[in-house]
Amino acid sequence: MSAAPGAVHVPPAARAPGPPARAALLRSLAPLIAVAVSLAIGAVFILAIGEDPLAIYGLILRESLGTGYGIGQTLFRATPLVFTGLAVALGFRAGLFNIGVEGQLYLGGFAAALVGLAVGGWPAALALPLTIAAAAAAGALWGAIPGVLKARFGAHEVINTIMLNFVAFALASYLGRPHFEPATVRTAELAPGVHLPRLEGLLPALHGSPANLSLVIALATAAGVAVLLFRTRFGFELRAVGLNAPAAACGGIAVGRVQALAMAISGAIAGLGGVNFVLGYKHFFELGFTAGAGFLGIAVALIGRNHPIGVIVAALFFGALSSGGLVINQRVPKELVEALQGIVILLAISAHEVLDRIARRMR
Amino acid sequence: MEVLLFLAASLRISVPYALAAVGASFSERGGVINIALEGIMLHGALAYTLAAYWSGDPWLGLAAAVLAGVLTAALHALVTVGFKADQITSGLGINLLAAGLTRFVLIQVFHSSSNSPRVVGLPEWDLLGLRRIPALGPTIAAPLMLIAIALTLGAQWLVFRSVFGLRLRSLGERPEAAASLGLSVPLYRTLGVLLSGALAGLAGAWLASEQHCFTDGMTNGRGYIAIAAMIVGKWSPLGAAAACLLFGAAEALQITLQGSGFPSEPLQMLPYLVTMLALAGFIGRAVPPRAVGVPYDPEKH
Repeated sequence: MSAAPGAVHVPPAARAPGPPARAALLRSLAPLIAVAVSLAIGAVFILAIGEDPLAIYGLILRESLGTGYGIGQTLFRATPLVFTGLAVALGFRAGLFNIGVEGQLYLGGFAAALVGLAVGGWPAALALPLTIAAAAAAGALWGAIPGVLKARFGAHEVINTIMLNFVAFALASYLGRPHFEPATVRTAELAPGVHLPRLEGLLPALHGSPANLSLVIALATAAGVAVLLFRTRFGFELRAVGLNAPAAACGGIAVGRVQALAMAISGAIAGLGGVNFVLGYKHFFELGFTAGAGFLGIAVALIGRNHPIGVIVAALFFGALSSGGLVINQRVPKELVEALQGIVILLAISAHEVLDRIARRMR
Repeated sequence: MEVLLFLAASLRISVPYALAAVGASFSERGGVINIALEGIMLHGALAYTLAAYWSGDPWLGLAAAVLAGVLTAALHALVTVGFKADQITSGLGINLLAAGLTRFVLIQVFHSSSNSPRVVGLPEWDLLGLRRIPALGPTIAAPLMLIAIALTLGAQWLVFRSVFGLRLRSLGERPEAAASLGLSVPLYRTLGVLLSGALAGLAGAWLASEQHCFTDGMTNGRGYIAIAAMIVGKWSPLGAAAACLLFGAAEALQITLQGSGFPSEPLQMLPYLVTMLALAGFIGRAVPPRAVGVPYDPEKH
């Protein structure tokens, strides 16, 4: 498609947006509005406890993105969110709401630790991939259960994934106890052969921060999800099921199989996220290590509009808030950041509906 | 005596579950999933603690807990009924908000990130000499225990025998049909959500009153268990309360077995596994209201 010399060639995207394009643009504003308004609400809270919101936000920005260490902390905190955001987004694309990401992440980290303890003495070239695969496999299993229950019995995946989160917490505590160090709730430290190296070895500027190779795995996973969703037959089927399951069934797509597989893949991605803490940071599994990263994945997927690139951007945003939150903790309790995460979710879905209504009227 | 003490412990544990689960059946019968129960309970518990701390009056605490519950539920109603956004996402958002906000307030007011100072609990009611029943007496004499029993029976009547209940159920099944008869779907759905908020607020008050303080994250997943109980109880207040008793007994057994060497985790998992089996149709079919979870939007019909 080459334009003749001299002819004014206007690529489609650069033309004045017609109503459908304008409507799509309008809808895509929802995450930005949600973030802006929630920061404004946060400012009110900061004012209420007698601090200067601009100074606090400036401090968060400076400390999370202005120094090498801060950037490293932000990347480290964004890493599990990329995984959990991708897991939720993939489910959403298939029309499934995977709230079980927290439990899948948890068991992923648990499996990585157990396998890592078992194969720690093996050559790293063998032991490390095996340990990482164990994390994905455990997550996949935990995601497949609600997927199969949905496909086979029509049982709602939302309730089942919530239930399985709690089962996962109890299960890891039960199965883990024989492996825990005396009087602690954590396993022994893994052998260096199954550690994921820190990024500071490669990028000295990040010195001291726990950002590690898991980030690279996260980005590769995001690329993989993008290819799977938009460039493969299965991805097409998955999105067709998500848009309209009865229509997809009429088109000859095995809806149940796609749903079960989508949940398993979603779980695998979530489980993989466990390596950030277990193989890349602490080098042991500890009860409660996920600390809500799975639930935050829902916010990440919403703000990232279920697109792998959007998920990465949203994960970086929440990662920056979380690493900045630590720095301001002396002046403003970092719990404010947690509350704001909930507010962002509420605003994102509300703004989406309102803008969607306006967009429909524009047609 | 042992059996009676076990029964008393089971009853005590079930109260917050039952209050929240009975409330949830209002919300869900009207067509709105209320996963926000966890956050609503947390707000209720904090409100009880703050009001009881400042006034020294536990009844004022109870009122504050109900108010906090209703206000939090109003936020859920605004997002799901007003803006017609996804109900599950809204609930999760509210739970995240509540977890952060309660800790924020705890730190600001009490300068502690773990717990508040001691506050008064609700006094006992010695109705009809119930207090003197051996072993069970103190449990039955707890005002919120009696209120929970009365509310469960009242809710069962309200949902299945009253005009309000009929209307509420109709728009949980076929909101278009209800609207065509002139019922305001948003109004009734909002009422259902607010009622569930009031009851979940009471559940929070029970927790704070029993422990005589607010501790960080003290609901500890109870809101989700309440949802599970409501499902196992097939969306009826009485059934939900019965399921809560079952779950409460499992938890009481867990406590009884503590230190006996028997691992507590299998019992911990029990409520969740029972719920999954019920949903899959192995323990009678748990069929949700037809339109539950679907925002009612006349423009889209």
